[in-house]
Amino acid sequence: MLTLSKLSAMAALAIAGLSLTACEIGPKQSQQTGYRGTGIVQITDPQNVVSPGEVPPPPYALPAPSGPKASEVYQNVKVLGNISQEEFDYTMAAITQWIVPANAPAEQAGCNYCHNAENLADDSKYTKVVARRMIQMTQNINQNYSDHVKQTGVTCYTCHRGNAVPKYVWTDPAPSDGRLMGNKRGQNTPASSVAYSSLPIGTFAKYMRGKSGPARVISKTIHPTTANVQSVKDAEGNYAIMMHLSQSLGVNCTYCHNSRSFARWEQSSPQRALAWYGLQMVKATNENYIHPLTSVFPANRLGPQGDPYKTNCATCHQMQRKPLGGAQMAKDYPALLTLAPGGAVSPAAAMPGMEAPAPAAAAAAPAAAAAAGN
Amino acid sequence: MALLSFERKYRVRGGTLVGGDLFDFWVGPFYVGFFGITTLFFASLGTALIFYGASQGGTWNPWLISIAPPDLKYGLGLAPLKEGGLWQIITVCAIGAFVSWALREVEICRKLGMGYHVPVAFGFAIFAYVTLVVFRPFLLGAWGHGFPYGIFSHLDWVSNVGYQYLHFHYNPAHMLAVSFFFTTTLALSMHGALVLSATNPAKGEEVKSPEYEDTFFRDLIGYSVGTLGIHRVGLLLALNAGFWSAVCIIISGPFWTRGWPEWWTWWLNLPIWM
Repeated sequence: MLTLSKLSAMAALAIAGLSLTACEIGPKQSQQTGYRGTGIVQITDPQNVVSPGEVPPPPYALPAPSGPKASEVYQNVKVLGNISQEEFDYTMAAITQWIVPANAPAEQAGCNYCHNAENLADDSKYTKVVARRMIQMTQNINQNYSDHVKQTGVTCYTCHRGNAVPKYVWTDPAPSDGRLMGNKRGQNTPASSVAYSSLPIGTFAKYMRGKSGPARVISKTIHPTTANVQSVKDAEGNYAIMMHLSQSLGVNCTYCHNSRSFARWEQSSPQRALAWYGLQMVKATNENYIHPLTSVFPANRLGPQGDPYKTNCATCHQMQRKPLGGAQMAKDYPALLTLAPGGAVSPAAAMPGMEAPAPAAAAAAPAAAAAAGN
Repeated sequence: MALLSFERKYRVRGGTLVGGDLFDFWVGPFYVGFFGITTLFFASLGTALIFYGASQGGTWNPWLISIAPPDLKYGLGLAPLKEGGLWQIITVCAIGAFVSWALREVEICRKLGMGYHVPVAFGFAIFAYVTLVVFRPFLLGAWGHGFPYGIFSHLDWVSNVGYQYLHFHYNPAHMLAVSFFFTTTLALSMHGALVLSATNPAKGEEVKSPEYEDTFFRDLIGYSVGTLGIHRVGLLLALNAGFWSAVCIIISGPFWTRGWPEWWTWWLNLPIWM
């Protein structure tokens, strides 16, 4: 018969064994990003590095921008009509390879995912209408958000990575069904979007839609005043969205913040300003380019509340500090770098019953936001 | 300083670990011994170096004085004096002084013929400190992972190192350490309250015996660990608090680099849920 001490020894061994399997053994790499002794350091396990992902090569050499324009050769070209027909074909070939590559499911492969094979100019497939707007979105990001994407820029592949729908997206969560038992009240669900913590999982809408945010909950006075009415729950939502930022970039909080004062810009690293511009970019992208497509998407492309899949930090970053490891990809696709002149086509033109997108809000500098009391 | 009537009987010769009779004497009420000398040496040198570091640090505000460890680029090597070298020497001095003091406690225990409970208990505190400034930096490959010697600066380090793991409350050893710290204070406060109650009876009543104390706790929680036992419980709780503190920091970095909440996915991924 087992004695109590033998049993507890076995239990302790089992727990120790389980804990060890959950740990990362082996040497680690450290990167100091703050003054010595402040603990502002990134520690990573070289055996557990997330691969930045392969960048597919261009379909063929970029054609010269000469020759007849795409709008002169093809019909119903509303966004990319200003480039040469050869560059247009090149761009279309690249997009096909990025979104619906040859190894995609049969019903999603090739040109026919967006185009009517009988008439390529036909707008009857919703995917073509969405793709047109997404090209404008990409151009807008590259042209107007260089504060975040720098000269690297983005392409469709930055998010899509060979998937018709990008892997990392968000929608508003299903509303509470009002039950008492088993009702998690939008939290206590260990999802990667909150780095597996118990923090609220449905806070994207609060920080990543048009006029949402900013992520500020700290009071500026010792005692409670009406100047800051944000609750502990608000603070948890703020913490949750910050967990998302960290998780999406594969970094810890000290990559942007000195935790002795999260709010102070002058004690934060330059990366925090980069992230601030990124948040403005995500908000504008969701509000002006994705949300207006709600009525275009079929039901199976909408979330439980009927809103389309929207972007957050993970959509592009995919656990990398720089998406795709900072690979210079967009330079090979000049058609995606600037908004096409006169190409500001509202999707409503193609799909009746749609609201026109609001004009892109100018991104104010974070210092200005700070000066405004944020 | 006047010698208390019972002090002479504690002044027993012998029991030294090194040095034989050489340092086996008292200065006033204080036993010296070989390790008293080494304690004095390391503590004086370390303190003097802290003052020197402060003089080079641009502030005499005691809250803000900070002796920072080297940049990570120096790895496990020596750093220039004003770029972390001071921190390295002061760390050696601190460990020298702490260990000397523990060994002096051992000598006193031997003189008194008592167990080594006091130096062992102090050893846990030394272990926690050495874990922070030697074991963990060694495992991570750079002395720069140690904490800075300053009142505010070491708190900032604690905060930032916690946020290196997104949410440190999910660190399982931190959970244990915090629970032991709180339980230590709870046990101490209950014990203190009990002793004060028993020894301060109402006017006209006699001081209460341990039987009263036992009865009180048997009424309150169904069990009394007893007058001797409570001190064993206290020691167990306090040492566990320090021990698990050391564990919680040594696993942060050397054995886990991501957010602590994510560590718990081993539980979510157990095959029993599949």
